[in-house]
Amino acid sequence: MMNPDKKRLRRTMMFLNAQKPSLIKDPYIYKPDSLMFDLEDAVAENQKDAARFSLYHALRTIDYRGCEKVVRINGLDTDLWKEDIRCAVAAGCDVIRISKTETGADVKAVEARVEAAEKEFGRPEGSVLIMAAIESCKGVLNAQEICGASERLFGIALSGGDYTKDLQTSISGTGVELMGARQILIIAARAAGVQCFDTVYTDLDNEEGFRREVEMIHTMGFDGKSIVNPRQIHIVHEIYTPAQKDIFFAEKVVREIDSKKAQGIGVFTVDGKMIDIAFYDGAKRTIELAKASGVYKGDL
Amino acid sequence: MINAVGRDIPEEILRLTGKEVFQGNNHFDGYEYRRQAPKVKCVIDPEKSKLRSSIREVLEACGIKDGMTLSFHHHFREGDKIVNMVMKEVHDMGLKDIRLCASSLGKAHEALVPMIEDGTITEIRSSGVRGEIGKVISEGKLKGLAYMQSHGGRVRSIVSGEVKIDIAFIGAPTADDYGNCSGIGGTSDCGVLSYAAADADYADNVVVITDHLVPFPNMPAQISMTKVDYVVQVDQIGDPAKIATGAAKPTSDVRKLMMADNCTSFVINTPYFKDGFSYQTGVGGASIASAVALSKIMKERGIRMRFGVGGLTKPMCDILNNDQVDCLLDTQDFDLDAVENVKHPRHFYISADEYANPFNKGAVVNRLDFVILASLEVDVHFNCNVVVGSDGVLTGAQGGHPDTAAGAKCSIVITPLVQGRIPAVCTDVTTVTTPGESVDVVVTDYGIAINPRRQDLMEAVKDAGLPLRTIEELRDIAYSITGEPKKVQFGDRVVGIIESRDGTIMDVVREVKEFSFAE
Amino acid sequence: MDIIKPAVAGTMESSDCQVTIEPGNGGIELDIQSPVIHQFGDQIRKTILETLKDLDIENARLTVVDKGALDCTVRARVEAAAYRSVGQKDALPWGGAIR
Repeated sequence: MMNPDKKRLRRTMMFLNAQKPSLIKDPYIYKPDSLMFDLEDAVAENQKDAARFSLYHALRTIDYRGCEKVVRINGLDTDLWKEDIRCAVAAGCDVIRISKTETGADVKAVEARVEAAEKEFGRPEGSVLIMAAIESCKGVLNAQEICGASERLFGIALSGGDYTKDLQTSISGTGVELMGARQILIIAARAAGVQCFDTVYTDLDNEEGFRREVEMIHTMGFDGKSIVNPRQIHIVHEIYTPAQKDIFFAEKVVREIDSKKAQGIGVFTVDGKMIDIAFYDGAKRTIELAKASGVYKGDL
Repeated sequence: MINAVGRDIPEEILRLTGKEVFQGNNHFDGYEYRRQAPKVKCVIDPEKSKLRSSIREVLEACGIKDGMTLSFHHHFREGDKIVNMVMKEVHDMGLKDIRLCASSLGKAHEALVPMIEDGTITEIRSSGVRGEIGKVISEGKLKGLAYMQSHGGRVRSIVSGEVKIDIAFIGAPTADDYGNCSGIGGTSDCGVLSYAAADADYADNVVVITDHLVPFPNMPAQISMTKVDYVVQVDQIGDPAKIATGAAKPTSDVRKLMMADNCTSFVINTPYFKDGFSYQTGVGGASIASAVALSKIMKERGIRMRFGVGGLTKPMCDILNNDQVDCLLDTQDFDLDAVENVKHPRHFYISADEYANPFNKGAVVNRLDFVILASLEVDVHFNCNVVVGSDGVLTGAQGGHPDTAAGAKCSIVITPLVQGRIPAVCTDVTTVTTPGESVDVVVTDYGIAINPRRQDLMEAVKDAGLPLRTIEELRDIAYSITGEPKKVQFGDRVVGIIESRDGTIMDVVREVKEFSFAE
Repeated sequence: MDIIKPAVAGTMESSDCQVTIEPGNGGIELDIQSPVIHQFGDQIRKTILETLKDLDIENARLTVVDKGALDCTVRARVEAAAYRSVGQKDALPWGGAIR
């Protein structure tokens, strides 16, 4: 059975250094959809061990009030990732995020460990999801294979910093260097029926630039964005808030399809537009977004 | 005896101070008394000079002796040099049992510590104490009591004769040789001299100390020559860098911005937010952010403020510069923008008496619609503590907190729910400084609680979509994060009293003692 | 678990606590400094002792410099120091001795 959280709303995923108590004690206050506890790059090499204990007890004790708990594990080329998975799964994480994913085999390797950890720590099979961060040209070109590698994989994310290094360029602020990767990833994700997330934006003081980038990735079809500072969250949520007319339309579509389905009618019109079952998921998503954005007043 | 906020005030302290326990904000409304009058030594002979060449000389001229009460103002804040300068001389003269009556004492005054320890200073009245001074008082090294007073309460104690100032020392950024002084100009510009006004009116001897002597007349004078006995010129009365700092950068801390947002949303949903309203706010990041946000909404809705009060900072002065307020009433300036803004024709200097004294015929605080305050702790009775730290040590100042909270129609306290591991909303504050009857709303990062006494406010904002909680809910959330805190372990000896603005006793502060683990 | 080598974990940052663990003199010896000692001193001590018991440590000296850490952080730092002391990095008993 598919984990129902696979399709949950993930507009914002906030990075937190798992080793820093001041950061992990109540980040839910900023209301991101997902929290990403980092065991990888944010944690100094000699603190990797301490970060796990910190992560374990934080996840076990702190009520993160509905935020999804994602743990970014160390790269598969290290001797750390396997214990990272045991720790995170035992602690009750919702998602394991694989860094530097390059192949479908990488995903399968993690999947095997996650499954073993679920058994070891008595968690229901399939309760821990996986997402893959793509940080290299090879990973981008293998996106389709990665997206289809595991039933547990709910989505992929672009990691722009490492990817541009691999491309032998750097983040310019214009987005031109990320254009190809963004297009390939979103197309691959949609083709596989999984979600797709954009990279972080690190120029914190440039709110205008951030806004432009979020508007762009929203238009491109991305499900959400990785966040490095809580002040970016409300901007993403604002941009992802559906317009009232779209909400009304989605509401009509859902109601019509629900009632027409019962009558066995496949195609009909809403507000003069031809509608069929293919509109259903999109309309449902719009309602869900509207609810999360606090602008939905209806009863669906 | 148990007072109106439920604090047990020891009989011996009531006997020792001759004070009553706190019986509610308006207990003394309509109370009649005769103001005290100072001794005046006339200056008739035009040939006489008021100038003295040194602090020592002026102390002798005033006839300083053991047991006298000396007063100071704190407009130079952490840059003040006057207190240390005078007290060093007092100490060098071998005087004992001096009573300090300062409008506030801070980290600039740590030189007083040995003078407290050796009995030069045996009683302190101040809005607050910080750093090492707070520590030695809490360790029981001050022979007499520390009286923590609000700004209005201090004026009341002076005007009513409870405190008789023998010599008032007024640091003045500019003064002439006849004593006309002003907070404006010179190198130690602090804007206004509000806290010193009552001292000048009621002290037997008034000494002006300046580092910028100007030709007579220094007009307009915030304190007039008619009240001044002596003038001393010294090299430096303050450290300009610490008197008024650059305006605080608007906060980018999202938690503070969220609290500011909650605060502003609350304010604009009350019936008081309408053309002609009045407003005072503090210097914290969230308070300042809230003032900035409010000014934007005022503009959008075409609402104009009648007057703003302060403790002023740049955001309030910006509201004046943008012509969104008719006038500012100023008792203190916290940054260079506020100091500079004193010159604006609709920025008015007021004395601490006019600002907040409950024992005059009506003060500005009584006309406030909103005041935005901070607090170390707030309890489920809405009592606030702004003076005693989590370690039980005296570490803050009452300032205008109890005065404005009592006067304003809507008093809002902003605080993060948890600070370090200390729950800011708790069952009982360590020490009560502002009574819950004065506090209407508590705004935190976890929601807003309205005092149940204010059903009208609850009604007014109930459909505004604010994250409303009860104060008990806020406390429970805080405790669920931090665990339930135990009470600070104090010794027996009372080292200080929290004086209510009307002079009664709100609470006592006991000596700290070393923590001991249970069992 | 036998503490043989001294080890440190945690930082002096706000909300953290720094734990130093050393071989003991035949029992548990605790030195706790904290700005919230009055409010949470007993709780911090209880958390440390419970953690040591879970790890089966009976002979150690701990110096804890607390900066307002929550219990979960205190626990994490004691465990990190203990496992550093014995040099164990993998196959940790999550959900067992670590709980």
